[in-house]
Amino acid sequence: MLIEDIKNLLNANFLSGEENAILKVNGAFGSDLMSDVLAFVDDKILLLTGLTNLQVVRTAEMLDINVIVFVRGKIPPQEVIDMAQEMGISLLTTSHSLYTSCGILYSNGLKGITIGGAE
Amino acid sequence: MGSNEKNTGIKLEYEILKDDFARAGEASSGIKKVLRQLGIDSSAIRKTAIATYEAEINIVIHSEGGKILVYIKPDKIEIIAKDNGPGIKDIDLAMQKGFSTASNRVRELGFGAGMGLPNMKKSSDEFYIESEMGKGTTVKMIITL
Ligand SMILES: Nc1ncnc2c1ncn2[C@@H]1O[C@H](COP(=O)(O)OP(=O)(O)OP(=O)(O)O)[C@@H](O)[C@H]1O
Ligand SMILES: [Mg+2]
Repeated sequence: MLIEDIKNLLNANFLSGEENAILKVNGAFGSDLMSDVLAFVDDKILLLTGLTNLQVVRTAEMLDINVIVFVRGKIPPQEVIDMAQEMGISLLTTSHSLYTSCGILYSNGLKGITIGGAE
Repeated sequence: MGSNEKNTGIKLEYEILKDDFARAGEASSGIKKVLRQLGIDSSAIRKTAIATYEAEINIVIHSEGGKILVYIKPDKIEIIAKDNGPGIKDIDLAMQKGFSTASNRVRELGFGAGMGLPNMKKSSDEFYIESEMGKGTTVKMIITL
């Protein structure tokens, strides 16, 4: 799914990296726990989270994730946006909850990642 | 912050400060950039990035501070994360998925799931951990190229 389509489906706004709008993601992962993002993600995915600290962008950097959606209307501090901008990571913000955001994207064909044993 | 040593490969060294949440990840970010510039294979970069970042966060949140050393050799990347204490009492327990002594503050930042050490082991081709109470913990990881 294109980042542009994610933005439209979630009624989201870009905070950084609007130039990535035509890039694609292969799936999505929603979590407020960066430990689990680091442990489970192994593909170019979209990260949905309600956490807005620097470590969210750092985690994305380590995993080559280039788009993050902040849910529940969260907007990170300016230093976080600046860091993402510098790294070419797109940040989006939506007023939907994590559950609703995931549901909208899933029902439009964006699947989750596979976790050992589970689907 | 890195220093070049011809023939033996490249050595990178980073000081990691206790409780420095604002800068946590800078070392791993620097390491990743160097590996990219060297044209290292992307899957090895990814494994190294995960291993160094988990190690870096552990030094920030669990230790008195320490260092991360990376040796980039023709056939492998060696990562050494060394801190100045307090050490890990029961390494087998610490290695279990889900075991964590992280504070609430750390959990609010999105860490403390007890996944870091198992993830470091999974991300590396060789993994060694040594710890002495009162002295410190050393984790050594090798990623083959
Ligand atoms: N460098 C260290 N010094 C002292 N104790 C440590 C160190 N690294 C890990 N530990 C201990 O081992 C436990 C497990 O570490 P691990 O990295 O697996 O999980 P965590 O850091 O608690 O959470 P996560 O990594 O999922 O964010 C820690 O909670 C801590 O008690
Ligand atoms: Mg950890």
